[in-house]
Amino acid sequence: MVPRNRLAVAGARATTLAMLRNQPRGDVIRNAVFAGFLLLAVLIALAGLVALLIQAFAKGSSALSPELFTNPPSTAFPEKAGFRPAIIGSLELIAGVILFVIPVGVGAAIYLEEYADSSRWWNRLIEVNIQNLAAVPSIIYGILGLAFIVRGPLDLGFILAAGSLTLALLVLPMVIIAAREAIRAVPDSIRQGSLALGATQWQTIRRQVLPASIPGIATGVILAVSRALGETAPLLLVGATVFVTFDPTPFSPDGYSAMPVQIFNYAVRPQEEFQALAAAGIIVMLIVLLAMNSFAIWLRNRYEQRW
Amino acid sequence: MEASGAGASEPAGGTPRRLQASSPRYGEKAIQGLLAVCGLLSVLTTTAIIISLIGPTVGFFQVVPIGDFLFGTDWTPQFEPPSFGVLAIVVGTLNVTLWGMLFAIPIGLGSAVYLSEYARPRVRKTVKPILEILAGIPTVAIGFFAVSFILPEVIQPLWPGEFLGGATGKPFMALAAGLGIGLMIVPIIASISEDAMSAVPRGLREGAYALGATKAKVAIRVVFPAALSGIVASIVLAISRALGETMIVVLAAGSTPNLTFNPVEAIQAMTAYIATTATGDISTGSTDYQAVFAVGTVLFLMTLVMNMISIRLVRKYREVYE
Repeated sequence: MVPRNRLAVAGARATTLAMLRNQPRGDVIRNAVFAGFLLLAVLIALAGLVALLIQAFAKGSSALSPELFTNPPSTAFPEKAGFRPAIIGSLELIAGVILFVIPVGVGAAIYLEEYADSSRWWNRLIEVNIQNLAAVPSIIYGILGLAFIVRGPLDLGFILAAGSLTLALLVLPMVIIAAREAIRAVPDSIRQGSLALGATQWQTIRRQVLPASIPGIATGVILAVSRALGETAPLLLVGATVFVTFDPTPFSPDGYSAMPVQIFNYAVRPQEEFQALAAAGIIVMLIVLLAMNSFAIWLRNRYEQRW
Repeated sequence: MEASGAGASEPAGGTPRRLQASSPRYGEKAIQGLLAVCGLLSVLTTTAIIISLIGPTVGFFQVVPIGDFLFGTDWTPQFEPPSFGVLAIVVGTLNVTLWGMLFAIPIGLGSAVYLSEYARPRVRKTVKPILEILAGIPTVAIGFFAVSFILPEVIQPLWPGEFLGGATGKPFMALAAGLGIGLMIVPIIASISEDAMSAVPRGLREGAYALGATKAKVAIRVVFPAALSGIVASIVLAISRALGETMIVVLAAGSTPNLTFNPVEAIQAMTAYIATTATGDISTGSTDYQAVFAVGTVLFLMTLVMNMISIRLVRKYREVYE
């Protein structure tokens, strides 16, 4: 029985291959041209990435030094200028984003996945609204920050905390969407089992659903934070200034700086030394972001659960 | 079977147990309320965006007639008397977006078809994350790359002589920003389209192969149409991102409002106007301040339309195959 089966499969394969070889020559050529075009497309995209990295290193390696991390910026002495206040500002901004975005983002995701009745119009409205917010241009969040947080209702002034809150609102939809997907991936049988044993809904969420979805949520949070770290445009509107020579603090009205804003300011100066400083800053940021993104991808692959 | 079924539908005797909690559990209700507030915060964000845009925009239209704003072609807010014809910077944005999309659509879709139909699983598993890294690069870095590499090292050497005015000696141009934006949105198009193509059931492909179709025909005539709504959604979302991109146009496209689709001219995009005007020291209530919000409203509405189309289409393709 088995050898005969094998014989049949081999015969079918031979026939198929023979038929494929008999395809019209035009088809074969068109097929090859198409495959070549596709490969070219992928290679161009990858070449763009590689060129960006190489160019940053070629331009910036001369300015890479420990002083980059310890010296404040300077217009007069580019050879001594660094990123210290910008790096500290970015770290504080990100800490604020994390503090805000994890509870609120995960809370909203739990509400939408576990409690909300998606046939109700207001819950559908929240959903569409979050999807739209995820694609609103970042500069619009800058306008929101300027009119609503820095001035207007919240009236915080041009302080680091206002920048942090603006960035947090910007990445909040990303966190909610990622957390929802992670929560949705936990199978219903886990919930039903827990409820059947007498756990309340919140106990079920806290002890079963959340622990099972933590890797997915963490991945989403890391990606959102890395987006916030690289965001420049909204910060220009909410008061991140450039020549801050002291270490910024969250609520000080003296102003603050951030890494991408500092890079931007060096990049618009034509002198070679400032261009090198901008490239060096880009290298530092790319290394941090690549590390964060790789960690997120590793986390996703390592702890991804197949139920 | 029948007997036991009938037996099960009768109560076993006595009063049925009521499946209710033994205590009211106010804590549970409080937690649910708290979580609902988190969900509502996103709606509040949208409301706050709309409120903060509307107020100054209305104020702006009391100074500048709405017709002059929407149909004027000169954007010279710093002149005396100032002119606020938004078309000049809307076309600037569209100019950059056009060249960005012309680059990103073939590259992004080509990559998507390659990854979903041609690449071996191992290649796919390495290339896709690498492309996604491209999506995570800060736009200020891409803008720097556009102005200091794409412009002098790619466009200027390759540009055909004096075509459209020539490319030599220009420090800013729409095409450099367009290609930078293209590079930024390739991963968006590639990633979402690839998801849509992978969701097309195998049976459709195998049916076509059985009828003698080549691989290219299966990709173009079967998989592509079947995934079309997802593909269009990815492109629309990419357009929305391109319209709203700020740092790349600030760094590479210049700041001269210019009503043209010529790729080698310097232009000013809407986002670039906002980012360079609304920095810190602008005084609240001035016409310049209000103009920023009026431009912001135009940008918000343009991206809103794009996002709604994209959300609709994504929902549609999910309904079909999942």
